[in-house]
Amino acid sequence: MIEIKDLHKSYKMGSNALHVLKGINFTVEEGELVAIMGSSGSGKSTLLNILGMLDVADSGEYTLDGVPIKNLNETKAANYRNKFLGFVFQSFNLINYKSALENVALPLYYQRVPRKERQERAMKYLDQVGLKEWANHLPSELSGGQNQRVAIARAMASEPKVLLADEPTGALDSKTSYEVMDLIQKINDQGNTILVVTHEDDIAHMCKRIVYLKDGVIVEDKKVKQVRASAHV
Amino acid sequence: MFKRDRWQEIIEVLTTNWFRTVLTAFGVFWGILILIILLSAGKGLENGIKADFGDIATNTMFMWTRSTTKAHMGLPIGRRFQFKVDDVKSISENIPNLRFISPRNQLRGFGNDNNVVRGINTGAYNVYGDYPEIINQDPMTITEGRFLNQNDILEKRKIAVIGAGVRNELYDRGEEVIGSYIKIQGVNFMVVGAYKKRSSDGDGEEAQKEIFVPFTSFSQAFNMGNDVGWMAITASDGTSISSLKEDIVSLMKNRHKIHPEDTRAVGYFDLYEQYNRVESLFGAMSFIAYFVGILVLLSGIIGVSNIMLIVVKERTKEIGIRRALGEDPWSIKKQILMESIFLTIVSGMAGIIIGALFIYGVNALLDANGPVDMFLNPSVSLGVVSIALLILVLSGLLAGFIPAQSAIKVKPIDALRTE
Repeated sequence: MIEIKDLHKSYKMGSNALHVLKGINFTVEEGELVAIMGSSGSGKSTLLNILGMLDVADSGEYTLDGVPIKNLNETKAANYRNKFLGFVFQSFNLINYKSALENVALPLYYQRVPRKERQERAMKYLDQVGLKEWANHLPSELSGGQNQRVAIARAMASEPKVLLADEPTGALDSKTSYEVMDLIQKINDQGNTILVVTHEDDIAHMCKRIVYLKDGVIVEDKKVKQVRASAHV
Repeated sequence: MFKRDRWQEIIEVLTTNWFRTVLTAFGVFWGILILIILLSAGKGLENGIKADFGDIATNTMFMWTRSTTKAHMGLPIGRRFQFKVDDVKSISENIPNLRFISPRNQLRGFGNDNNVVRGINTGAYNVYGDYPEIINQDPMTITEGRFLNQNDILEKRKIAVIGAGVRNELYDRGEEVIGSYIKIQGVNFMVVGAYKKRSSDGDGEEAQKEIFVPFTSFSQAFNMGNDVGWMAITASDGTSISSLKEDIVSLMKNRHKIHPEDTRAVGYFDLYEQYNRVESLFGAMSFIAYFVGILVLLSGIIGVSNIMLIVVKERTKEIGIRRALGEDPWSIKKQILMESIFLTIVSGMAGIIIGALFIYGVNALLDANGPVDMFLNPSVSLGVVSIALLILVLSGLLAGFIPAQSAIKVKPIDALRTE
């Protein structure tokens, strides 16, 4: 599903360059649930941003579902993001003057799905994350966990090939964290490919595979026995 | 473009901060209001001054004779001469593109002894010997009976068309005019019609005190022979009389043996030239109105642009989220541009509406208090309003352009990081 070869990325900090990714090789199969771990500054967020086409690599190859991702202009990148990827952020990043339903429907709007169908599909995903009754509430009227579930519903609404979650539990207490992980696991059970960036060990172990990043290189890549989040809820 | 969601969003964004939106809109509102008021005031002045020209055909010159100031072909200086009936024919044969050539003779009324008598009533009036065409050059409304016609000319009928002022003085109220006789310098004429002229100011009264009789009867009755007192010459539409007047004057000089360089022998007044001078004044005035109005509007537009920049700044993160979710940059740009255009058009329309109400108020005031000299019916045409709307759309685009550009300049990844 995802294939990257010899990925390099450096940022210019004044006169000297900061080499963040130093040749990453990495493959993700369809249906995997991968945790990317590492301390801050290890390059895990940069990697996720490049995978999410929010940032471009300096060199290296990136293939997503057989499509080589290169020479992207903003319009093309937006189009690919919309079709291929779903994002879940640490700070939810919901649009605060839109209701939960409208937030979930947003990616579908960019796909030019007609209004009625859009709302039906958005409602279906809201129902899946258990927030059907909250559809017309604004993000400010929902709890952190509920907001993250709206964000996950939004990410899933466009039926992406890969779900990218950047510290999805970073802003949540452990009980809500587990609820969110439970949801992510369930989505994975349906066959969706998911990448989770985290620095929490327990969250990482709820995935099926953990990739450790340190100073811009992969130091360890192992399959783990998945801990079901539902056991902790 | 007319998607419900997009409009919903525009409204949502603009109503988030009502006070700010209204303040911003006021700049554009004010600019367009001033533009409209300036233009309508200019139009009012124009209408007022044009009304002073009355209904007279403006592409017209008047020509009369004076005494020569140069000796020529053995003829002395200071010689008096007269236009003749043949001159009229000669002009129409030699000068193309003329619409009407009206020879006129005249008995002076104003300031002279009474020259018209009816029973025991007398009065001093201007009496004209005219051809029927004169009604096209010096328009009047026939209120009763008829005006002169070609048969009157051919048969030299002694008939007269009298003005409303003449009628008031010579006739009792409600008395039958048609068929009655008036005596002009001792010659009886039968009244066949009465007229009224439209005029706005002071000389209106005198304009109603005129009597028109057929040119030929006039010549015969008052011993004019073939003399022509003066001429009113109107050029065809599309040709200005100013371009023909030199030819006409030199033709007359030629026919009357006047030195070609004698500039004073033939007198004339070019109404078209005067009219054009006034026209170009109004051109300049409307230019100034547009100039000032657009400058004021410009400051409003800068205000809109400024606020849009702030709005974009405030929404940086939201725009980042949208782009992460796959909204393409052009769509974001369009959104910002539409917000800006929407804001300018709505506030501009408000300005146009208030401006129209203001004009309406001024008109009502003018109507109530009677006419003001040189100011009449201030108004803006539909054309001006369309131009104003066009200016608004353009300025909305202009105001939104920089903010829209700055909205997509930030990379989505950076936009997402801002708090």
